[in-house]
Formats: sequence, C-alpha cells, structure tokens
Amino acid sequence: MNKPLPASAAEPGALALSAPIRASQPWRMPPLNALIGGFLLLLLLVVALLGLVWTPSDPLSLNLLARLQAPSAAHLLGTDEYGRDVLSRLMIGAHTSLWISILTVSMAIVAGTLIGLCAGFLRGWVDRCLMMINDALLAFPGILLALGLMAIIGPSLYGIVFALSLAYTPSVVRVVRGTVLSLREREFVEASRVIGNSELYTMLRHIAPNCIAPVCVLATSMFGWTILAESSLSFLGLGVPPPAATWGNMLAASRPYIATASWLGLFPGVCIALSLLAFNLSGDALRDRLDPRMRK
Amino acid sequence: MTASDALLSVENLQIRVGPDGHLAVDDLSFTIAPGEIVALVGESGSGKTMAARAAIGLLPPPLQICGGAVRFQGRDLNTMQPEELRGIRGAKIGMVFQEPMVSLNPSLTIGEQMAEGMRLHTQYSDAQIRERSLKMLGHIGIADAERCLTSYPHQFSGGMRQRIMLASVMLLRPALLIADEPTTALDCLAQLDVLKLMLELTREEGTAILFISHDLSLVARYAHKVVVMREGKAVEQGTIDRILLAPQAEYTRQLLEALPRRGELVPLPPADGPLLEVDGVCIEHPGPRSFWGRTQYKRVVHSASLTIAPGETLALVGGSGSGKTTLGRAVVGLNTPCEGAIRFQGVDILKAANRNHRLQCQMIFQDPFSSLDPRMNIGEILAEPLRHEPNMSAEQRRERVARTLIDVGLGEQYVDRFPHQLSGGQRQRVAIGRALVRHPKLVIADEPISALDMTIQKQILELFERLQAQYGFACLFISHDLAAVERIAHRVAVMSQGKVVEMGPRNEIFDNPQHPYTRKLLAAASPLEKLEGGGYRIRPSPVPVML
Repeated sequence: MNKPLPASAAEPGALALSAPIRASQPWRMPPLNALIGGFLLLLLLVVALLGLVWTPSDPLSLNLLARLQAPSAAHLLGTDEYGRDVLSRLMIGAHTSLWISILTVSMAIVAGTLIGLCAGFLRGWVDRCLMMINDALLAFPGILLALGLMAIIGPSLYGIVFALSLAYTPSVVRVVRGTVLSLREREFVEASRVIGNSELYTMLRHIAPNCIAPVCVLATSMFGWTILAESSLSFLGLGVPPPAATWGNMLAASRPYIATASWLGLFPGVCIALSLLAFNLSGDALRDRLDPRMRK
Repeated sequence: MTASDALLSVENLQIRVGPDGHLAVDDLSFTIAPGEIVALVGESGSGKTMAARAAIGLLPPPLQICGGAVRFQGRDLNTMQPEELRGIRGAKIGMVFQEPMVSLNPSLTIGEQMAEGMRLHTQYSDAQIRERSLKMLGHIGIADAERCLTSYPHQFSGGMRQRIMLASVMLLRPALLIADEPTTALDCLAQLDVLKLMLELTREEGTAILFISHDLSLVARYAHKVVVMREGKAVEQGTIDRILLAPQAEYTRQLLEALPRRGELVPLPPADGPLLEVDGVCIEHPGPRSFWGRTQYKRVVHSASLTIAPGETLALVGGSGSGKTTLGRAVVGLNTPCEGAIRFQGVDILKAANRNHRLQCQMIFQDPFSSLDPRMNIGEILAEPLRHEPNMSAEQRRERVARTLIDVGLGEQYVDRFPHQLSGGQRQRVAIGRALVRHPKLVIADEPISALDMTIQKQILELFERLQAQYGFACLFISHDLAAVERIAHRVAVMSQGKVVEMGPRNEIFDNPQHPYTRKLLAAASPLEKLEGGGYRIRPSPVPVML
C-alpha cells in the first residue's frame, strides 16, 4: 500500500503518452501556415523598408506625357493618371499602410485587452461603467466614429491611427470581457485563489494568457479592416493627404479608370490581399504556437 | 431465444473511427427481447455509447459501421433509407440523454417539446396531443400540469427535467428506450426517482430498455442482462445474477472489486482541540438583480456547525442544492458567511489576514478537466503554491515538486507535461498534488472522484488514504457518493436544505441512521456487498424504505 504505483501502469489508457516530452526534441518542420505567412510577412517588410530608401523612380514626380501606361520595361507595373510609377508608389505606400495598420491594431488590442480584463475580472460598478461607455461606442459604426474624430483632429497619419484604434477598441473589449467571464468561473481560477495568490496575479498569470486565442483571431482580422478603413477615409478625403501614397488611396484613385487601366486597381488590391493573407496565416500560426494543446 | 424474435439484435458489430482508423467497437453481439432491460456497462472510452448510437443510426461522422449488423424487429438499420430510419427514431426507438440541463431546448416550452414527437409520428389533433401531454405530466407527478405545458426548461430542477424528458419520449410508446447514463448528472435521490419512473413507464407499455451506465451497482438493481464492455469489446455478458454471483472475466471482477466498501481507518492522532470549528454559519448567495435595484439574497446555509479534529476525515453528504459545497467553499475562504464564525486552530479565519489559514487549508476540486490551467505545465502547476513559502530555495522547490509527483503516483517525468496530455485520473492526481505540495493541515475535497471512472475512483481513493496516512492532514470530504464516504470517512455530517441534520461517527450513521433524510439517502444508495463464498449481492437497506 505504501509503495507508489507508477501511474502509467495503473491507467492503461495513458500509456501512449508516456514517451518523455523534452526540450531536446529534434528540430521539426514548422507548419505550412507559419512558413507561408512568415515568408509573405518578411517579403512585405523588406519591400516596405526598401521603399523608404530606394524606389525605381520618384513616386511623386509627375509625367503627364506618360499617363496610364500599361506595365512595360520602363514602368514594371505601369503608371497612374498623373504618370507616376505604380511600383514606386506601392513600395512607398507599403510603408505607410503597414505602419498604420500595425499601430492601429496594437493600440486597439492593448487598450481593449486591458479594459476587457478589468471589466471582466473586477465586475461590479467598474464593469457596468466601462461597458456602458463601450456599448455606446460600439453602437456607432466604426467608420462614422473615425470620421467624426478626423474632422476634429484633421487628416494626418497619426490622426488616422488614433481614430481607427478608438473605433476598434470596443469590439476587443467585448471579446476579452466575454472570455474572462467564462474563464473566471473555471475551477483553476478558484484554485489559484485557494493557493493564496492575489487577484492581480491570478488575472495576469491564469486569465490573461488564456485570452490569447480569441484575441489573436480578432487581431488578424482587424489588420484587414484597418487597411480597408484607411482606404475609405482616403476616399472621403480624410485619409493620409495626397500626394502621399497609401494602398488604400491608390485603390480609391483607380476607380474611374477601372475599365481602361485595370492594373491601377489590380496591383494595390493584390498587395492588400497578400498582406491580409500574411497576417491571417501568421496570426493562426502564432495562436497555435502559443497554445500548448496544439503542440505535438 | 433466436435472433428473429429479438427486438434488437446486434451481430458482430464493428465501428471504426474513419475508414482506416482504430476500432471503437469490435465484434459486439447482444440481443434485447421485448420488455427486457439490458445494460451496457463500461468505463469512458469503452465504446458503450457508440454501440447504442449505432442502434439508432446516429453515429457522429468520423465513426462508421464497418462490419456486422444492427437489426431492429428483424430489419437491418444499416441498409435502411434515411426516411425510413427517421420513421423509426422517436416512434419505435426513443432515447434519453445524460445531461438533462442541455437535452431540452431552453427556448421552447415543455408543451411544444412534448408535442413535437407526436406531431411527427402520430395523427393526433392538437387537442388530443394536449390532452395526452397533460395526462402524462400528471402521471409523472407534476402537480400543475397545465402550467408546466407553458413553462420553460430552466424553471425545473435537473431531476424534474429528466422526468419530463422521459415522459416526452415515452408518450410515443416506443418499443425500445435507449437511456444513455440517464442519471449520472443527478444526485442519488433524484437518481432513484428517475429510474423508478423509467421502470414504471416502460413496464406499462412493455418497452425494452438499453441502459448505458458506468455504474455496476446501479445497473445491478434494474437490469435483467448485463454486457460488460472494455475497449470496444464485450468482455462478458449474462444475466445480472450470474454476473454478480460468478463473474467470469477478469475485468468484471476488477469492476466489482473497485466498488468501495467500508474500510479500516487511519487512527486519529491525539489532539487537544479541534483543527476546525464551524460555528453557526449562515451563507447567502446574491440572487438576480436589476440595473439599479438592490440585490436580493437567498440563504443557502442555515446556521451549520461542525468540527474537524487534526487528521480526521469528516464527510459532508447531501443531495444537490443542499449547501454542502457552499459550506466547503466558505471553510477554504471562497465564500464569506453572513453570520457565525469559522475558526481554524482557534483563530477566526475572517479576522484580518489569517495567513496561517490560507497556507494550511487547501482544496481539491471536482472536475480535473477544468481545475488545471491549460497553459501551465505540471511542474509549474505544482510549484505555484510554493510561491507563498518565502524561505524555500529554487532547488528545494524543485525537490518538493518532484517528491510530490512521486507521492501522487506520477513520475518526475511528468514535470514537462501539459494537462491536456493526461487522462482524467492523472489530472486528478496532479490536482491532489497541488493541494498537498505545501503540506497543509486541512484539505477540502469537493466531490474529488465523481467525475472519474470506477476503477480510477478506486485508485484515487486508495491514493488519498495513503497520503493521509503519510502526511496526517485532516479532510472535509464533500460527496454525494455514499459508498466512497463509507470507505474513508471517520465521521459523517448529513446536510439537507442548508442545515446539518445529522452528524456522527461513520458506523453509527450507516448502521443506525436517525434522521428521515439520512434514511432516505441510505435507502437510495444501497451498494453491492461481497458475499462470504465469493460473488456479490445488493446490500439490503438497514432501515425500512419509505419513499
């Protein structure tokens, strides 16, 4: 009776798991979504950084003699309605568009997660006040909220970032709060209290890490929303002011020429689509990587 | 009996997970005659539920029948057209599920749900349907049947919902009722209630029952025939008397052996005072509240008092909703009583910062699947309580964690594992380890074995006893499982509707119960006992049963 049984002998169903899982396992091929996502992300980053120091031609120089040219050796991706080189503008725009979306998403996620954690964990009047404000913000369409703010602060890159992150924070708050509310009823959170851990420690150590999966999914889809929202703001004349290039305003400017010069809309569109794919794939890979249940 | 007069005959059934997956059910054969009660008994993963689902053509997608046949009234269900199958489901074969909390649709009234089957399978008019529903509800003991028809499921308790579920299935007078662990989620009084009703209703209609359960002692009371399953195979089948008196298969004997019975207790160390005193404690739960309104409180524990001596196991038993868990949580500090005092080693735990109590009093939770943080590995989980031991070096901590892992019957190699890589029993061992790693003086165990399989339950109880002998902690063991309580408790306290109605030494409570509620509980449990010459029988109740 006093000799401890090895559990694997005691529970036959668990035998398959008894191979030791150690840090010294051989290097394994990362999953396909991480590979593709990582490659695309790297490519985007290189192009965006390269665009800062070098472009095939000046993205701002006008050449009215060479307007709306189809892709050729001189202009690999053609020229726009003012004769500016599309490739150069895409490279410059990559920097602006990515910078806006990365900043916006990070701000919305950080702010939303903090507020959501507080609301869900503290409950009571803190929760009620926060959620009242949050729901009021959520009731406005995000783009309308951003428009109003832009009208106050005027069109500028950081204005857009601020307005869009404010518009997207409420949905993060909702998701995080919901996750926290369901997690705090789980027994491991109670167990942490019984151990004697403080509320703050329990929140940071046990609740916050378990919110990663839904937040990851939300963040990756938010990249898409911000790139598109930035283009709608540009379209309404409240985005990054011309002549600076962003993928959004290039796409918006191509609209009148869609029938005659389809490459004008096509290339920025492809860029947006590829970057969304990159963020989605690497976001999924990140979520799986951070989840011990997904590790083989 | 030949296969042709059987109501349901399962012949060499094989079920695979996907076309090339492993076998979930392998070469299973049994028959059910009209009016017969056949039980499929096995632990989780034994394939008993899948076999039953195959009988109604409801296997979840990756699973498929890849050999053998399931014949209902002589016709192979496997080759039947989907429309034909739908005609049989509900009308000829009814099914009752395990979780009454989720098997009724919360957004439909009871009346609508009862009428659903009759609209589909019978020609009754709406008035007839209503009349029959009312009659059935009256029959199952619902006082105000008219109001019940327009009520929603959440207005009923778990036991009541399972009765309603049963009633709506039996309204169609099926020839076969499949009951998949119909009472596992209920406490023992509600369990008895539902099973009695099931027998009564099926006897009237001559309905056969395929009863799926993990609980051999429960099955023993009701089934005519038992099929014991393990890892997809039937290891033994026969009449219940034969199985109980002369079990053939090793595994059946193991299952019967696993049933807890009264054991020798660890002698109590001499002590000068109680370790824990609960003195006239009342606890209230906040009820629903409106946005601005005041919270309404509902009192769930009424002036409960009990004491635990050092090293003693006090079992707190009672039906669901009796307040036993609430009281246990108050002892560990998760609830605050509104009246009364809880003293740990003579000091009130509610007095500012009773650090000693925090460190010395730990809890084991019911569900090992939710009590471990899925993002922490076992080493981190076990080391967490040691954060609050300021004088330990990292090396000492590691040693303590390794020591604890060995003590709870896992090896040191488990340090890097994550909870999802462990079985339920292993997880519960980790949870016990987490409670004991700080060497507490008092452990509150809230239904620590009720989520586990029978043979694992036995192992965990044995582990618990061994650890108690080793570390000498006292324990408040909260359970509705009287067999387990009988095995390990020194004393027993019985709770009913928030009050401690009876408390005394184990043998006194089990052999000579005084309070009517205790008698009812004991009568509902009636475990199996081992006979002198080998074999088992259902132990007669010590008191006349008046239910």
